[in-house]
Amino acid sequence: MQPILTIENLSHAYGKRLALENLTLEARAGEIFGLLGPNGAGKTTAVRLLNGLLKPLSGHMRVLGFDPVTQGEQVRQRSGVLTETPALYERLTAHQNLNFFSILVGMPPNLRNKRIAELLDFFGLTQRADEKVANYSKGMKQRLALARALLQKPALIFLDEPTSALDPEASAQVRDLIASIGRQDGHTVVLCTHILSEAQRLCDRIAILGHGHLLAIGSLAELRQQVLPGLWLDVELWGTPPAGLVEALTVLPGVVEVVVESNDRYRIRVLDEAVVPLIAERVLGMGGRLLRLQPHEVSLEEVYFALQNRVNGGEA
Amino acid sequence: MNLEHIVAIASKDLLEVRQNTSAWAAMVILPLIFVVAFPLVILLLPSNPQLAGEMAADPDLVMFIEGLPPSMSQHLVGLDVSQQMVVIMIGFFLAPFLLILPLMCSTIIAAESFAGERERKTIEALLYTPTSDRDLFLGKVLAAFVPSVLLTWLSFAVYTLVVNTVGYSFMGRIWFPIPTWWPLMFWVAPALSALGIGASVIISAKTKTFMGAYQLSGSLVIVVLALIIGQVSGVVYLTVAVGLLTGLVLWIAAAILMTLGARSFTRSMLILN
Repeated sequence: MQPILTIENLSHAYGKRLALENLTLEARAGEIFGLLGPNGAGKTTAVRLLNGLLKPLSGHMRVLGFDPVTQGEQVRQRSGVLTETPALYERLTAHQNLNFFSILVGMPPNLRNKRIAELLDFFGLTQRADEKVANYSKGMKQRLALARALLQKPALIFLDEPTSALDPEASAQVRDLIASIGRQDGHTVVLCTHILSEAQRLCDRIAILGHGHLLAIGSLAELRQQVLPGLWLDVELWGTPPAGLVEALTVLPGVVEVVVESNDRYRIRVLDEAVVPLIAERVLGMGGRLLRLQPHEVSLEEVYFALQNRVNGGEA
Repeated sequence: MNLEHIVAIASKDLLEVRQNTSAWAAMVILPLIFVVAFPLVILLLPSNPQLAGEMAADPDLVMFIEGLPPSMSQHLVGLDVSQQMVVIMIGFFLAPFLLILPLMCSTIIAAESFAGERERKTIEALLYTPTSDRDLFLGKVLAAFVPSVLLTWLSFAVYTLVVNTVGYSFMGRIWFPIPTWWPLMFWVAPALSALGIGASVIISAKTKTFMGAYQLSGSLVIVVLALIIGQVSGVVYLTVAVGLLTGLVLWIAAAILMTLGARSFTRSMLILN
């Protein structure tokens, strides 16, 4: 897939505080690309830079073939942004909000009403289109803000913390909508989030940021290999484990490390599947009673915290 | 420059102001006081024969009228003292009060448009549109300028109607407006409107709330108060020449404030402040 967005050695500072430092990454056409990191990691700053709202301290960017520094209007013409707060005009109706923004994105007058009706229908807001937005629930406001971001059928959509202020039900709704938007019309979605489960569920590739730096980038499978490589096994024993079992497992050929999670539960990293029978034999041979031995799929959360631990010297 | 964008931004801002009851209520109540209540009181009081008699016999009042400059006294020829007082009050002294209207209206709308939009955090979505900084700025200026000038002119029309209809039996003729009002309404009032907007833009860049911006920019009313005090104390009278000169000074001040305001109205500054 062609890169739709490239960033090379991008740095930005607010006064003396560096918000981004030498960030290099690319997002490819048609993918849902995650920018994952804690608050203050530089995600929103990146979105602002990529849309030409801020000028970088150094580095280069290309978005949809344009340089946001000198061609911000062209970028914004072709991209849609959902800001962290819905940023809707609450004294106006949903229809008035969408109509206003449809003019600003340059939609021809004869297409406006049809497109607005389509979006209101898609986001389930048709019935309340002529109601003031102030009366909407948070979930409805977020859906309307999403509709606004999609008005001109943008090739690239930035979603900045789309579910952070929503209750679980509204979050699930918005996540489903993002998933369906991402699969429609070849949209490329850049999803900024600190919600790990959301990134794992929605994103094709993820860039993990910390303190303005890129910590890792790739698909979840690639991140697992970069950060926590190998095959992981969950081992659970019945009753008290035999004395010296952990040490005995650690020295087995093919075992990379044994993480003791509790007295009777271990997580073991091995080189390959051939080691699994050896572990079972060793536990049983020492008189242990094996309750469970199964492969463990490393989650994005584990990858994320392993990375943050490395960056923070084990403090995170 | 994209005219459609500018008009859309101005229309949206006005639509929002229309929904803000406290904002438009002030823009309705104050003009009604200035253009209906004030002239009615001034026209009805001298109709009282006892009061009219006292005024005619007041030597201070007679001396004050005799001391007026020719540009004013020429409008008093052939009138009795109480009629002269009506012309002085309605034709000259109330004029600066109407000049409060463009200033008040423009600062309310501009504060709502510039600071209010940041206060409600809607500005960021606007900044992510392809609209240029200049069109955003012009749209917001237009939203404040046009209604404030139109409101002033409408108030002037109502004032003219009230003065001539209610005062017809007392004055015996249609006498208002007098020439001094033309530069005030069509030269000074637009300048005050522009001045109020320029001040609001600069203040809104530093203040994050509508009320904060409105209160600070509203302090410009001191310019109009100076004109009121100047006339009452006899230091300066709002003749045609004074009106033209005052307007020129105000336009220059407004141009300076607008230029400074436009410079501070960039995406990077709006997103950071």
